[in-house]
Amino acid sequence: MGTAAIAVERLERSFDEVRAVQGIDLEVDEGEIYGFLGPNGAGKTTTVRMLTTLLLPTGGRATVAGHDVIGEARAVRASIGVALQEAALDPLMTGRELIRLQATLQGLPGREGRRRADALLERVDLADAADRRVGGYSGGMKRRLDLAAALVHEPRVLFLDEPTTGLDPVSRKTIWEEVRALNDVGTTVFLTTQYLEEADQLADNVGIIDRGLIVAEGPPAKLKAELGHPHVRLQLEEGSIATAEEACARIGRLLPPVDGRTVLVEVENGAADIPRVVRALDEAGVAVGSLELVHPSLDDVFVAKTGEHLEGDEEGGERGALTA
Amino acid sequence: MSGLATNLRVVRALGLRSIRQTFRRPQLMAPILVFPTLLLAIQTGGAGSAVDLPGFPPVQSFLQFMLAGAMMQALMLAGNSGGIALAVDLEMGFVDRLFAAPIARYTIVLGRLAGTAALGLLSALWFFAIGIAFGAEIEGGIAGAAIAVLLVTATAMAVGGIGSAIALRTGTASVVQGLFPLVLVVLFLSSAFFPVDLMIEPARTIAEYNPFSFIAEGVREPIVAGIDARDTAEALLAIAAIVALGMGLSARALRHRLRVG
Repeated sequence: MGTAAIAVERLERSFDEVRAVQGIDLEVDEGEIYGFLGPNGAGKTTTVRMLTTLLLPTGGRATVAGHDVIGEARAVRASIGVALQEAALDPLMTGRELIRLQATLQGLPGREGRRRADALLERVDLADAADRRVGGYSGGMKRRLDLAAALVHEPRVLFLDEPTTGLDPVSRKTIWEEVRALNDVGTTVFLTTQYLEEADQLADNVGIIDRGLIVAEGPPAKLKAELGHPHVRLQLEEGSIATAEEACARIGRLLPPVDGRTVLVEVENGAADIPRVVRALDEAGVAVGSLELVHPSLDDVFVAKTGEHLEGDEEGGERGALTA
Repeated sequence: MSGLATNLRVVRALGLRSIRQTFRRPQLMAPILVFPTLLLAIQTGGAGSAVDLPGFPPVQSFLQFMLAGAMMQALMLAGNSGGIALAVDLEMGFVDRLFAAPIARYTIVLGRLAGTAALGLLSALWFFAIGIAFGAEIEGGIAGAAIAVLLVTATAMAVGGIGSAIALRTGTASVVQGLFPLVLVVLFLSSAFFPVDLMIEPARTIAEYNPFSFIAEGVREPIVAGIDARDTAEALLAIAAIVALGMGLSARALRHRLRVG
């Protein structure tokens, strides 16, 4: 293993008979945002728990910030910030108390810890709520506080386990902005998520895990490009589907139909091919109700690799819709 | 900053959190002081003439005799509460925050115990205040009271160690809470509430060997008779045994938790 921020070789974790993680390999470069995608129960959290030294692997090895997660667990813990799936916050503490406690846990001297706590509370827009008990915070505030606590010692590698699950879109965007800002100053981010859009928006590279195995890995654009060209989705208003298919087949490759009124045709040149499709249908006398250009999404990548849709994909595919 | 100094800072910070947590959650604080105070009031009011029984040790009053019992009950509840609070931390994932920090893992348990010890200290002072307010004399004077307070504080910590071990092993607050009746059984089978010489078998034999009897006598003696080095030493030995048991079980439970997640 070289100088990657995170390097994993054949990492395994079994719970009795259940193999939650089945020998995965991955590498995350310094300064990268790595999105770890997968449905519930795929092995995302188990992997994060092993990489953050909260759980011993049952096989393989992993280094984080150059330190072995088993043999040098304490050095790993000094190098990482962790915000786990359920914001692990004591509802009886105030936000300020929590971040100051985190500073002490990270070995910061008292004055420095207090200074950083105050600065972070300001940064995540919680200064006004800093002396209120966490139990009264909203979900978004709790996530921001959790993130701030993970940053108090300026970690080299930040683990975020489903940081926006359950948050409203505005809070989600706030967290995204913060993650980008952290990455801009060189922090490596390992982010697990069920949200395709989140991985697409943030990650330089994604790993897709399913049933404990990594089924695809690479930059989101590359993974999607590997699936082929975008396709046009046509909803017919009038005319026979056979006629429409015949017309479209002259433009691009027909994809398997989804129902009796929809035609899917792959187009090599994307949006540039749409006028040709419209002309061909017009000449064939087919009336179209709606037309949309659909680019392959990470969900399509997931479907291609596993045969199933990813849970939590609220955004659907990446579509540019034109309605006739 | 040296490793030891850092660890002490962590223990202090976690101990302060533990104390704040107790005061901010009245349902944790109330039983520690309220139940033993009520029991003390009921027992001294209802069974005060027990001191006239043949074989009852010479004491100024039943209240003076019972102060040690009330303190023992309070410290047991404080230890149990400490275990419950740690289990709640485990349930809500707060302990993961601590496990993911570059600290010695024993500081997590010691931090919790520091808070439990503080509650033990508070309960000892509370019952001394009640005793003195209602006329109980402290035969050992300030030094004797200090010894009793020290023993109560240390025992609260020791009992908290066992509560913590159970919390770490089970990770479930309801299991630790379910041990509450057992706490009372252990106490009733000791000399905390009644002299061993007046018990009948098999309770008498059990009480004679129950480490909590040695601690109860160590706490009681400075109150009812004066400082007795032997009683104090026996109490300290009993506390040491409970500490060793609690720490050993906690260390094992910590290792187990890391293995199973």
